[in-house]
Amino acid sequence: MNLDFTDADNAFRAEVRAFVREQLPPAIRDKVANGVHLTRDEHLQWQRLLHARGGWNCPGWPKAFGGPGWSPVEQYIFEEECALGGAPRLVPFGIKMVAPVIMAFGSAAQQARFLPKILAAEEWWCQGYSEPGAGSDLASLRTRAVRKGDTYVVNGQKTWNTLGQHADWIFCLVRTDPEAKAQRGISFLLIDMKSPGVTVRPIVTLDGAHEVNEIWFEDVEVPVENLVGEENKGWTCAKFLLGHERSNIAGIGIAKRELARLKTIAAAETKHGKPLIADPLFAARVAEIEIELMALEITNLRVLSAEAENKAPGPEASILKVKGTELQQAISELILQAVGPYALPFAGAAPGPAHAANRAAQYLNLRKLSIYGGSNEIQKNIVAQMILEL
Amino acid sequence: MDFSFTEEQLLLEDTVRRFVAKDYTFEKRRAILNSAEGWSREVWQALADLGLLALNVPEAHGGLGGGPVDTMLVMNALGPGLPLEPYLASAVTATGLLRDCPAQAGLLEKMATGEHIVVIAHEEQNDVPTLCRPAGTDFLLDGRKCVVAHATAADMLIVSARLAGEPALFLVPRDAAGLTLDSYPTLDGTRAAEVHLAGVRLPAAARLDAGRDTLERALDIGLAALCAEAVGIMKAAIDATVDYLRTRRQFGQPIGRFQALQHRAADMLMHYEQARSMSYLAALRCTAQDASERRRALAAAKVTIGRAARFIGQQAVQLHGGMGMTDELVVSHWFKRLTAIELLAGDSDTHLQQFIQASAYA
Repeated sequence: MNLDFTDADNAFRAEVRAFVREQLPPAIRDKVANGVHLTRDEHLQWQRLLHARGGWNCPGWPKAFGGPGWSPVEQYIFEEECALGGAPRLVPFGIKMVAPVIMAFGSAAQQARFLPKILAAEEWWCQGYSEPGAGSDLASLRTRAVRKGDTYVVNGQKTWNTLGQHADWIFCLVRTDPEAKAQRGISFLLIDMKSPGVTVRPIVTLDGAHEVNEIWFEDVEVPVENLVGEENKGWTCAKFLLGHERSNIAGIGIAKRELARLKTIAAAETKHGKPLIADPLFAARVAEIEIELMALEITNLRVLSAEAENKAPGPEASILKVKGTELQQAISELILQAVGPYALPFAGAAPGPAHAANRAAQYLNLRKLSIYGGSNEIQKNIVAQMILEL
Repeated sequence: MDFSFTEEQLLLEDTVRRFVAKDYTFEKRRAILNSAEGWSREVWQALADLGLLALNVPEAHGGLGGGPVDTMLVMNALGPGLPLEPYLASAVTATGLLRDCPAQAGLLEKMATGEHIVVIAHEEQNDVPTLCRPAGTDFLLDGRKCVVAHATAADMLIVSARLAGEPALFLVPRDAAGLTLDSYPTLDGTRAAEVHLAGVRLPAAARLDAGRDTLERALDIGLAALCAEAVGIMKAAIDATVDYLRTRRQFGQPIGRFQALQHRAADMLMHYEQARSMSYLAALRCTAQDASERRRALAAAKVTIGRAARFIGQQAVQLHGGMGMTDELVVSHWFKRLTAIELLAGDSDTHLQQFIQASAYA
């Protein structure tokens, strides 16, 4: 038993670190550092730089589909180093969500049509899962797809769609058999966002940002060739997708980066004439978080190591999700506290030190972490029911 | 990176687990607990026969030459049995210290066979330091050591004392003239004692060739083992609690169907997994050469394990309802040991402070 990475792992880490240091555009690095949302072009610029390095924008992809063919440990190192180097999180909907589904369940034609465009960062994907009446209880979704000849006619509404305003395609869970119970009448459909009848309406969130949308479908015609897998078997794809979505779910690299930022801010801010970080109460709060992060990193590596031995990561990922998001939120909370009154200026106003700008918006935005991707309450249900078998 | 164990290690863990299940049952432990001595020499001999007392003794001195990971697995398995015998104190911590003292090879051999029990007497109240004065070629010890676990079971105590302002360590026979033990039970059933030293005269050979570093290293080895013991108990407490949630029925259904209780159980498991991760770290870093790296790892581990021990212990009682409050069920005894573990070897706040210092925050 040992906790050390192999020499090969360390060499790989150095390679990724050097790449991020040399290739990440400073403007993007600055935006990430300040919690500012990137433009579509900035996201794509970084993805294409990674793509040019040998499919690095698709870290989980096998070589057969043009990916780097990395082991789970290499993927972990890659994502950690990207985060530590200040790179933006790769938008997961294409590379981590729909692509693995198309690889596993899609036809050869679908694979040939869609995967190269995702790999080349030429097409942007978004997710059509949640509905106003179907959040945690996703299987109660009501968006209808009725087959008429060679097309499905889709009607309904999706919500909490992330960055759909940039998207070329959306993958949707739709109800194809209203008679069947819950999961059994659902299909997995790929829909061109340019199709007539698709409307994207922004939802402005509490941080003032436009990150999520409602998507409306009114008599949208989708060719049947865009059905992935079998009709009414879409839930199988959905469950499969969930497993991939949850790789790197703990966000260890991001938490490490933000913890370092917290310490830097707390060293620059003062309290009673001394650096804030020297205040025993504040130091204790930071230390509690740092210790939890140390523990979570090892827990994450344990899950990874089980995954590398082909034992499915399974419901343990729920533990990583809960603890990882709690940590990121706790760090953002302490950063807010550290910057003091200058946390209050909002909506672009930045009269205080540079490190204080936008911190409130970031804190507010990160409340989403414990809600999305299966709320933390749902994750605890999974832990209780799947691991503890209650 | 490798989280697997060797076949020998798994066999060792299994041996201890079977020993606890068969030869150290809750009923048997209760009888030992209620005995005059409060621990069992017969059990001690059984542990010796299994080779467990020799585990941390170097091969050159008749031992098995095991390391902290082996000890971790033993403690994981031994923990749920709540041993009243001084395994951790003598066979792990004191053995860890004496291993660094070449002159003590003979004593180690006797410890490996179970013939001798040695415990460290280190903790003291600030206002009563233990002092040492030279008297010719001898040394005289005066002072008081607090809450020394298993002191009455020990044949020898390793006593720390200040000699001209520097810490020194002495091997003191329990029956030395001037040494008195004021013995009492502690909350988890372990016997402990106040050790009073009044002009205890020791020959020069009683002074160990070891100083502060050696003592700290040994205490760290013991701390890692204590973490592993806690992890073993936490696992047992969670298993028992989940079992209870599945079988106890109220409102016409198993209470484990209720989400409030499911989420509590999930929180217990999350604490446990984090604690287990940090117990691994403690085992792998407790012998690290770099002192601040070692301090950081062990302090972080003790904080994590302390928090988890408190949460899991309290919630195991809570979810067992009234039954959790009874002396009859093992769960209350696990809770008591977990409570003691949080306080032992430095409580969570002490280690949080050590972590901040070792991390050079400011």
